[in-house]
Amino acid sequence: MNDNFWEQTGRIFDIQKYSIHDGPGIRTIAFLKGCPLRCQWCCNPESQEYAIQTMRLKDRKPKIVGQDVTVREVMEEVEKDRVYYRRSGGGLTLSGGECLMQPDFAAGLLRAAKETGINTAIESTGFAPFETIQKLLPYLDYYLMDIKHTDSAKHKQYTGQPNERILENAFRIASSSSVELIIRVPVVAPFNGTEAEIASIARFAKTLPGVRKIHLLPYHRLGQDKYEGLDRPYLMSGLEPPTRETMLKLLKAAEEASGLYCQIGG
Amino acid sequence: MSTFYNGYIAKTERIPRLVEHLFAKMPEIEADRAVLLTESYKQTEAEPMIMRRAKAFDHICRNIPIIIRPEELIVGSATQAPRGCQVFPEYSFAWLESEFDTVATREADPFYISEDTKKTLHEVYKYWKGRTTSELATEYMAPETLCAIEHNMFTPGNYFYNGVGHITVKYGEVLAIGYEGIIRKAAEELTTLSVGDADYAKKHIFLEAVIISCNAAIIYARRYAELARSEAERCGDPVRRQELLKIAENCEHVPAKGASSFYEACQSFWFVQMLIQMEGSGHSISPGRFDQYMFPYYKADLDAGRITREFAQELMDCIWVKLNDLNKVRDEVSAKGFAGYSLFQNLIAGGQNAEGEDVTNDLSIMSIQASMHVMLPQPSFSVRVWNKSPHEFLMRAAELTRTGIGLPAYYNDEVIIPSLMSRGLSLQEAREYNIIGCVEPQISGKTDGWHDAAFYNMCRPLELVFHNGKDGDVQVGLDTGNVEDMKTFDEFYDAYKKQTEYMISLLVNADNAIDVAHAERCPLPYLSSMVDDCMKRGKSVQEGGAVYNFTGPQGFGIANMTDSLYAIKTLVFDEKKVTMAAYKEAIDHNFGKQLEDEEAARVTEALARQLKESGAPVNEEKIRAIYQLAKNGGVPEEKRVQYEALRALIEEVPKYGNDIEEVDLFARDVAYTYTKPIEKYRNPRGGQFQAGLYPVSANVLLGQQTGATPDGRYAWTPVADGVGPASGRDTHGPTATANSVARLDHYIASNGTLFNQKYHPSALEGEESLAKFVAMIRGYFDQKGSHMQFNVVRRETLLDAQAHPEKYKTLVVRVAGYSALFTTLSRALQNDIINRTEQGY
Repeated sequence: MNDNFWEQTGRIFDIQKYSIHDGPGIRTIAFLKGCPLRCQWCCNPESQEYAIQTMRLKDRKPKIVGQDVTVREVMEEVEKDRVYYRRSGGGLTLSGGECLMQPDFAAGLLRAAKETGINTAIESTGFAPFETIQKLLPYLDYYLMDIKHTDSAKHKQYTGQPNERILENAFRIASSSSVELIIRVPVVAPFNGTEAEIASIARFAKTLPGVRKIHLLPYHRLGQDKYEGLDRPYLMSGLEPPTRETMLKLLKAAEEASGLYCQIGG
Repeated sequence: MSTFYNGYIAKTERIPRLVEHLFAKMPEIEADRAVLLTESYKQTEAEPMIMRRAKAFDHICRNIPIIIRPEELIVGSATQAPRGCQVFPEYSFAWLESEFDTVATREADPFYISEDTKKTLHEVYKYWKGRTTSELATEYMAPETLCAIEHNMFTPGNYFYNGVGHITVKYGEVLAIGYEGIIRKAAEELTTLSVGDADYAKKHIFLEAVIISCNAAIIYARRYAELARSEAERCGDPVRRQELLKIAENCEHVPAKGASSFYEACQSFWFVQMLIQMEGSGHSISPGRFDQYMFPYYKADLDAGRITREFAQELMDCIWVKLNDLNKVRDEVSAKGFAGYSLFQNLIAGGQNAEGEDVTNDLSIMSIQASMHVMLPQPSFSVRVWNKSPHEFLMRAAELTRTGIGLPAYYNDEVIIPSLMSRGLSLQEAREYNIIGCVEPQISGKTDGWHDAAFYNMCRPLELVFHNGKDGDVQVGLDTGNVEDMKTFDEFYDAYKKQTEYMISLLVNADNAIDVAHAERCPLPYLSSMVDDCMKRGKSVQEGGAVYNFTGPQGFGIANMTDSLYAIKTLVFDEKKVTMAAYKEAIDHNFGKQLEDEEAARVTEALARQLKESGAPVNEEKIRAIYQLAKNGGVPEEKRVQYEALRALIEEVPKYGNDIEEVDLFARDVAYTYTKPIEKYRNPRGGQFQAGLYPVSANVLLGQQTGATPDGRYAWTPVADGVGPASGRDTHGPTATANSVARLDHYIASNGTLFNQKYHPSALEGEESLAKFVAMIRGYFDQKGSHMQFNVVRRETLLDAQAHPEKYKTLVVRVAGYSALFTTLSRALQNDIINRTEQGY
C-alpha cells in the first residue's frame, strides 16, 4: 500500500452511524461486502456475496446492495461524526461481510482513520491467511473476533468452513502486542447453545494472551426477511432467540470457564 | 470542581398516595375567584387600575376557600378539587361560556363543570362584557391583522385569551426577607418620592398597590396556619397532628418573614409559586434555579444536623406533586396547541454561577430524584449542560431520560450565554440564566420575556406565494405575481421572503396590541413586587417595569420549508424536470391523495342519494364510477398518477436532517427568513422582538389548517416540530440528524430552539449505552445546538396506550417543550408523537 491509499476502492453495502454495540464509544460502521463463511443464522445475508445484488423486501422498493467506493469517500462519511467519537471514545468499525476479503481496502480505511486520529476496530471471523491480517494490524485498536465453535466439524457444518485457521489466527493476533482482542460468540441454540460448548469457547479464550473480554451475542431473527428478499431459503426458520434465563446461564458458564470479563451483547 | 452528594434516596410511602389523590378524578372548574374578583371590581370602578388589581387580589386572598389535602406537608391549593382550576374573566370569558356544555367532553384537556358553577359564572360574566383585555386588544389591531389571524396565518391566541405569565420572579428574595421585607422596600421607595415629581401619581399608587398585594399574600398564608391548627385539634392521629402543627407554624412565619429552615423555604416557595397563578392566568410561571436559591437553607440545616437528606427529599417530592395540583382551562383550540393540562413550570438544575463556576449541588441531584419519584409532567424539569458539567450529574439526568417521561430537557450554556449577551444581558447575568416554559432562556427576576407571543407557521407564506397572496378568494398577503411566471429560483424565494416579512409585520401588530391591552387592563402588582426594576420605575411588569423586555413569537416548520424550497429549486429551476404550473396543480390537488375507503364510501353514498333524489338513474356501474372519483378526491385517474409521479420525484430530492451540508446550510438560510426580520421590531414595553423556533404542540393543530406543501407533505397533516426534520425523513440515525440541526444558527433564535429525538428504550440499556447517550448530547452541544429532549418509549407501548387508555392513566411522554399525560392528548397529536423517527440500535 502506498500513499495513494486514499483512492483505493472497495465494495461496501452500508454505512451505519451511532452504532453503540460494536466496540467502545459511539461508532460508525462500514459494512464491507463479501464473506468466506456462510453462517446459517447470518443476519446480513446480503453481505455474503461479493457481487452486487438486488434485494426485494416486501412493501419496499427493490434495493441495490453493494456499491464501489474509495477510501476517501467512506472517510468523508466517517468524518462527520468525529465529534461524537471524541466525546465517547468511539471511532470507525469495519464489519461485513468479512473485511479481510478486501485487505487493501480495509487496510486503507483503517490507515486513513488512524492518520486522522480516529480509533479503529474490525468485526471479523479471522478466516484469512495471517499475512492478510498482518496488513491491518498496524492500524488497528480493537479486533472483535468471532469464535463460534471449538469443534471444527460442527463449525464447518454451520458456517461452511472449518475453524483451525481461525483458532490459530486468534492466537497470533492475541500475541501481537498492538491490538486489543475481544472474543465474541454468537449464541445460536442448535449450533453452540449448550453450557459445555460455550464453556469450551471460553476456555480457549482464556489461553489467548492479553484477552480480557468475551461478548455473548444472542441470536436474533432480524435478518430473516432479507433471505426472502434475496430469494434464498432461511435455514434457521422457527428458531427462537434464547431467553434471558438461558443467556444468564451461558454467561455464568463462560465466566467460570474463562475467569474473564463476560457480557451479554456487544 | 463542585462536589455533591450523588446517592440514591428512596421515596416515602406518602408520595404515591399524594399522587393517587391528585389524579383520582377529572379536573374541575371552580368559580370562587371569578366571583370575588367581580365583587371587588364593582367596588372600585373609579380607582386607578393598578389599585383595583391589588384590592381584587387582596379580596381573593382573604376570602377564597382554602383546603389542606390529605397527608400534605406543603400546603396551599388554588381550588377545592385536586388539579382544579379557577377562571380569569378579566382576560376573556366568551369562549368558556360557549363551551359550558362541551368542555367536559372535548378531546383535548377536558374539565368537569357543575351546573351551579355554570350558573354562577353566567351571572359573573354579565359584568365583564366590554372590560376584558382581549376585547381591548381587538380594538387596537389593524384590520389586515385581524384578517390574517382569521385566515390562520399565525395565532397570538395565548395572550389574547389569557394572562402572559412566562416569568421567573425573585424567589430568593422572598425566601430571604419575606413579604414584610419587600413591603419595607416599597415603603422606603415611597419616602423617596416628592409630590412634585412628574411620575409621582403613577409611582406612589403602584407602590401602595405592591404593599397591599404583598400583605394579601401574608394574610392568605396565615389563613392556612389557622386551618392547619384547627385541623390538628380535630386530628386523631398523633403523627399527623404534629405534622399539621408544624405546617401551622410554617405558615405563620412564611412568606411573611425570611425562611429560617429548609422546610420553611419550601413552604414559602410554594406560596409564591401558587399565588402568582392566582393573581393572573398566565402560564409558564417557572421556578427556575430551585437548586441554587434553595441550597443555602438546605445546607445550613444539613450542617447543623436539623434535617436529614431523606426528609429534604420528601419535601421536594411534595413540591413536585403540588406543581401538578395547579391547572388552567383554555379555549378548545388553544387547548390543542398546549395539550396535556400543561402549565410549563420550568425548573432547571445544574450549570454555572455568575462567576462562571459549576454549581451542581446536592439539590441538583435531588431534583432529578424527585422527578423519578413522582413521574409526573410537572415541573417541566430541565438541566443545564456546559463543558464543566460533571459527568455523574449528566448520567443521573440520563437515567431520568431512560424512564421515558421525556424529562429532563437538556440546555447548552455554551450557546445560550452568548446568545443572551447579544440581547444586552451582562456576562454575569447570562451565566445565571434559567428557562421559561418550554425552551425560552432569560435572567430571572429582571425579565418580562413575553416568550410565547404567537405561533407562526412558516408554511403559510409559501401558500400565499402560490396563490398570489390570496387565501381562497381573500387577499390576505401581498400581491407577489403569478407563480408560474417566475423565471428564477431567486425570484421565487424573494416572493416567499416578502410574504413572510409582511406576515411578521402583522404578527408584531397583533402582539403589540395585546401587550398594550394587558398594560391598561391587567397590570399585576403582586407579580411586579418580585421583579426588578418595577419598584424603582414605579411601573408594573406589564407597563415595562422589568429591566429586560422582549417579545418572542415562535416559528415552526423549518424542515417543511427547507425541503419544499429545496425541491422547487432542484426540480423546477436546476433540473427543470417539472414546470411550476404542474407543481402548483399537484399541490392544489393534494398530490392526488386518495381518501380512506370508509370516507370514500361515505361520499359515494351521499352523492348517489343526491342523484337518486334528483331523479337520475343510478346503477351499479354508475356507483362504481362515483366511488372511484370520490376515492381520488375528485381527481381523474390519469391526473392522480401524474401527481403521484411528481411526489415520487420529490421523495428523491435530498432532505434536511441527514447530515447533507448543502441542504442543511439551505435550512439555515430558510430559518433566517423568519429569525432576522423579526429582530428589527420593538414592543410597547421598550424591548425588542426575538425569534424562537419551537412549536409547543401547535405543529399538529396548525398543520390541520395548512394545505399540501411542495416537499410532498399532504394537506392537513402535521407540520414539522421545532428545528428537527420532518417526521420520518431523517434516515441516517441520531447523530446525522443532530449534525443537520446543529447547522442552523441557534444563537439568533434567542427565544429558544427545540430539538426532539425519540429513542427505542434498548438504545439506553445499561451503563455503557447510557454513557454513549450522554456523549451524544455533548457532541450535539459541541456543535452549538441549543436544546435537546427525548422520548424513550416503545412504539408498541404508545399504540397500546391509544387502544387501552385506561391502562395508561399516568403514562407521561414528551410533547414539545414539555411533558404531558399521553392519554390526555388529542389523537392527532398522539399520532404525531408515534410517527417521530425512532432511533434504536
